[in-house]
Amino acid sequence: MSMTAYQWRRYTIRTAIYVALILLTVVFLTPVYLVVVTSLKDPAAINLATAWNTPETPYWQSFSEVLDAFGPRLQNSFALVIGATMLSSLLGSLNGYVFAKWRIPGERYLFPLMLFGMFIPYQAILIPLFDFMRSVNLYGGVIGLILIHTVYGLPITTLIFRNFYVDIPDEMLEAAAIDGADFFGIYQHVVFPLSIPGFVVVVIWQFTQIWNEFLFGVTMTNTDSQPITVGLAQLAGGEAVKWNLPMAGAIVAALPPLLVYIVLGRYFIRGLLAGSVKG
Amino acid sequence: MRNNRDRYIAFVMLLPSLILVGIFVYGFIGQAIQTSMTDWGQNPAQPPLAATVIKSFVGLQNYENIMTDTLEFYFRNALVNTFFFTVLFVLGCVAAGMILALLLDQKVVGEGFFRTIFLFPMALSFVVTGTIWRWMLQPGGGVNILPQVLFGLPPIEFSWINSRDVWLPFEWGNVPAYLTMAGIAILAFLAVRYASARRWRASRYAVLAAVIVLLVFAARLWDFVWLPLDTPEAETPIAPKGFNAALVGIIIAAVWQMSGYTMAMFIAGIRGVPEELREAARVDGCSELDVYRRIVLPQLNPIILSAMIILGHISLKIFDLVFAMAGPDNAKAVVPGLLVYTEGFRENAFAKASAIAVIMLFFVTLIIVPYLWSQLRESRSRGR
Repeated sequence: MSMTAYQWRRYTIRTAIYVALILLTVVFLTPVYLVVVTSLKDPAAINLATAWNTPETPYWQSFSEVLDAFGPRLQNSFALVIGATMLSSLLGSLNGYVFAKWRIPGERYLFPLMLFGMFIPYQAILIPLFDFMRSVNLYGGVIGLILIHTVYGLPITTLIFRNFYVDIPDEMLEAAAIDGADFFGIYQHVVFPLSIPGFVVVVIWQFTQIWNEFLFGVTMTNTDSQPITVGLAQLAGGEAVKWNLPMAGAIVAALPPLLVYIVLGRYFIRGLLAGSVKG
Repeated sequence: MRNNRDRYIAFVMLLPSLILVGIFVYGFIGQAIQTSMTDWGQNPAQPPLAATVIKSFVGLQNYENIMTDTLEFYFRNALVNTFFFTVLFVLGCVAAGMILALLLDQKVVGEGFFRTIFLFPMALSFVVTGTIWRWMLQPGGGVNILPQVLFGLPPIEFSWINSRDVWLPFEWGNVPAYLTMAGIAILAFLAVRYASARRWRASRYAVLAAVIVLLVFAARLWDFVWLPLDTPEAETPIAPKGFNAALVGIIIAAVWQMSGYTMAMFIAGIRGVPEELREAARVDGCSELDVYRRIVLPQLNPIILSAMIILGHISLKIFDLVFAMAGPDNAKAVVPGLLVYTEGFRENAFAKASAIAVIMLFFVTLIIVPYLWSQLRESRSRGR
């Protein structure tokens, strides 16, 4: 039973596709391998020529050293992420509800004006923001950083919720209105119960974005209020670094968003694609 | 729902967010523009962080300085770096994302697994990516010795982030000529593409635009903008302009991180093409390759453009990746986003930093406003 020319061709193409995919997977994971291997090496055993070798015995101490070095920065990041994510999602949900379902004066202009806020380079507002935060005594604290991330998170959370709520049929809202529900009643009984997937998308998106953020973290904090990304940059900065520490630090800093991504990847992708406004 | 009282409440509920965004985005942008026209941080008699600091109006002096002053060559080099970074980063992500998306569209076993792998760097911070790749690209180790470790080949001799090489060096005064050539090349390419698709009108417009670009150059209209900027002081022999080789490693890291994003966009776009359309083409005798060339890829064009704009504006703002990989003081890998940080928050030269930030905002606005406008018009015409 020999294969026809068509079958041969098909077979070759399928094989080539899988070979390409596996090669690309290896390329994408190569940095991960190097990070893990380096983070588990005794600092005395790290040198450039043997960078790719596996450690003889895993050296776990780097991780406890890193946790010490990060100190309060991990807690800062968690406090920041929880506070700013909750605030910006709640406000975003309310805004999205108004923009999707209520006619308000000037909405044709207000919505795009709000969206523009998520594309600006934050460098452009950094110095006035610095000035403002100092004048209201919020500069250099986690609370101030929560405020900043909440405000600059509003455009994207509003956008995602608005696009989500537009798909709720108006008839459902009208029916609730006829039953006597007012603005809040409709939100509470109709819109909010349908929002759970929307909240999952927004919360995941804000969580990863704020956790990973660096610019505000490095300019709007002092040593006590720095987030983890700043801690990592300090750990890795400078010339004579012991590479086991930055690598273990990178793993610690990457783990929370990575876990969220692996468990809830589908929702992460939806947040990702929402950033391109209307795909 | 048409109840006036409820509509009033709706507006009131939106108001706090509107006010916050109004102040934190538009108020602060206004203030940044204002600051960029003062001497805040330049006047030795006025400590920049004093409780009351007198800021005098200096007009466009800061802009003139960063564009022409010899000592301010960092900013001009940052602009050149942003240009090369943007072009290579955007093209790299689009090409890699397209390859990944097309491979994953072949009904492969384990598609979800592969997609998760290619997209996972998107969940990382640029600081994490930068830290990892700084170690990957150590001269004498990392990627450079991989050929040796794997196949016993000689190692790569390239110092990546530490490289001082300048490729494609050019003179500041020739920038208008290069921009004109690039513009004509792109328009000519479009004209040929439109013509081959028998879109004669679009093709004619492209040719017309190319002629206008050429005439603008020939009539020396550029001189109005460029002559004041191309002073002898602006040419800085100690920091020649060109493609700084130190950027190559940063671009590779950025593409590694972001090509999953373009892949996800392209997969969503490809899946949006109705299967019946592809089937119909196959029935008409199209090969699988033709189905992609004639049916799928043309439908992806608007998505490719969206991806280019989103990536382009990311690369105009890039800061944390360069900070983590090259550090804030690598003169060869300097970008505007980094300069705002070093000038503003380390040197306290707030006015100069503001001028740089305003120029960044200008370029981002230039590509984002038309994009937002077309996106929202499109969704409105679809009946919201």
